Amino acid sequence: MTTEVRREVIYRHSGAVRVTHWVNVVCLLVLLMSGLQIFNAHPALYFGAKSTFDDPVMAMRAMKQGEQIVGLTTVAGWHIDTTDLFGLAYAPDGDYEVRGFPWSVTLPGHRDLSTGRRWHFFFAWLFVINGLIYLIYSFVSGHLTRDLAPSGSELKHIGASIWEHLRLRFPQGEEAKRYNVLQKLAYLFVALVLLPLMLATGLAMSPGMDAGYPFLLDFFGGRQSARAIHFIAASGIVLFVVVHLVMVLISGVWNNLRSMVTGRYVIKLPEG
Amino acid sequence: MSAKPKVDRRGFLARGLAIAGASLLGGCDSELSEQPWVKRILDSAEALTRVTQRALISPTALAREYSEADISKEFKANGSTDPDDEGYKAHAANGFADWKLKVGGLVGQPLELSLPDLRAMPARTQITRHDCVEGWSCIGKWTGVPLKALLDKAGIQPSARYIVFYCADDLGQIGDDSGKYYESVGLQDAFHPQTILAYEMNGAALPIPHGAPLRLRVERQLGYKMAKYVMRIEAVDGIAGIHGGRGGFWEDLGYEWYAGI
Repeated sequence: MTTEVRREVIYRHSGAVRVTHWVNVVCLLVLLMSGLQIFNAHPALYFGAKSTFDDPVMAMRAMKQGEQIVGLTTVAGWHIDTTDLFGLAYAPDGDYEVRGFPWSVTLPGHRDLSTGRRWHFFFAWLFVINGLIYLIYSFVSGHLTRDLAPSGSELKHIGASIWEHLRLRFPQGEEAKRYNVLQKLAYLFVALVLLPLMLATGLAMSPGMDAGYPFLLDFFGGRQSARAIHFIAASGIVLFVVVHLVMVLISGVWNNLRSMVTGRYVIKLPEG
Repeated sequence: MSAKPKVDRRGFLARGLAIAGASLLGGCDSELSEQPWVKRILDSAEALTRVTQRALISPTALAREYSEADISKEFKANGSTDPDDEGYKAHAANGFADWKLKVGGLVGQPLELSLPDLRAMPARTQITRHDCVEGWSCIGKWTGVPLKALLDKAGIQPSARYIVFYCADDLGQIGDDSGKYYESVGLQDAFHPQTILAYEMNGAALPIPHGAPLRLRVERQLGYKMAKYVMRIEAVDGIAGIHGGRGGFWEDLGYEWYAGI
């Protein structure tokens, strides 16, 4: 079977999108890893203004179970044995260590809250500046309305798009020149909801900002709620990145990567 | 706080990318965090944060005050909870009856004040949230003398820029020094109406785990600024010459002097 295919190279991503994308990749990686270091200083979450130490919403602890010490993760009253992963895990020197997340995913690897905070706040600034550049560019250039806002008909046919994604069939030809509706919604949700939420909940944890802008506390239901939401939103971003990477891998990894580096994306169109 | 730090946005972005690249090459390991140039670059964010928060937050903005019902049943006592200092132990043994707070440095009139002296001064009571750098928060009721009242009484000199708090507790040796806890605040926080030296917690005499006989409350910053077991206060024109030179026990170990976030 020899169906003639015409290759068309389109310019998919503008320079501003490409640069801010990769700066964001670095920022989110450092923010996540240093954020887990900071979380490890008190690996428990609460809702409300204050910490109710004996009743956390989520906690990673080491606990005695009979003769043994196990890593125990508590989520909303459920206890899960997470030895070797959360609560109790091997340190690089081979000794068991009581800590929330293991050394392999924190920055720095060893327990060091002050250095974790320095990484976190430096890259938080970089993330904010980069994010502002992206958002201003997206509004002014029309990237937001042209490439990201789904049309009414796209939203109406969202069911079909979900079904095609589940069968791992991706738009081809002309259709592939644009983001599909699920992509648009996912990117919009991350850029306009999740990432700004990370900043807002981060600021709501600042005692200085809470004094100047007390609505931050009211909006999120207290400082400890803001901290929990910060963690949950970060988990949402991790989930997005996982799905995003899988999609990049299975929908033409080199084409996708090239388009986010050089801007050029190859579309295969039927000859004719 | 005297010199305005230079914050150059483009330089900041470029430096960020430089460390990011290096961290990826270096495998994000802990060694990288120890490099002096990395530390210097990461430290630049502290000045940016301080200048931005100072610009965004009114000097008179008050930290939220809560109701009696919000007070934490269990208020965690962190850091030192029972100072291992002979002089302190002797004071604690007789209920701090002979203890006196010393106020000195760049002041017109150095003071020595007993607990009854402090209690005779104007008092402020506030129910506030204590945010530990570790991430947890507790709510407590504090009563004490506003730091401003003390500084006014002692007649702080115009050349003073910082107020330094010397404490009785010892959290371990650092550098060449005793390891005694100390802290410092700038004048904006020193004169803030909620900045008090508390001698009462939740309506009773301040317990030893929480800093008896006197602890500092700086409600718009993190818990480590709120020195416990305060023995001596000094008004100074600079903090560079004191202990590690960064303005506090935890600061000398790498924490930010400005702890508003």
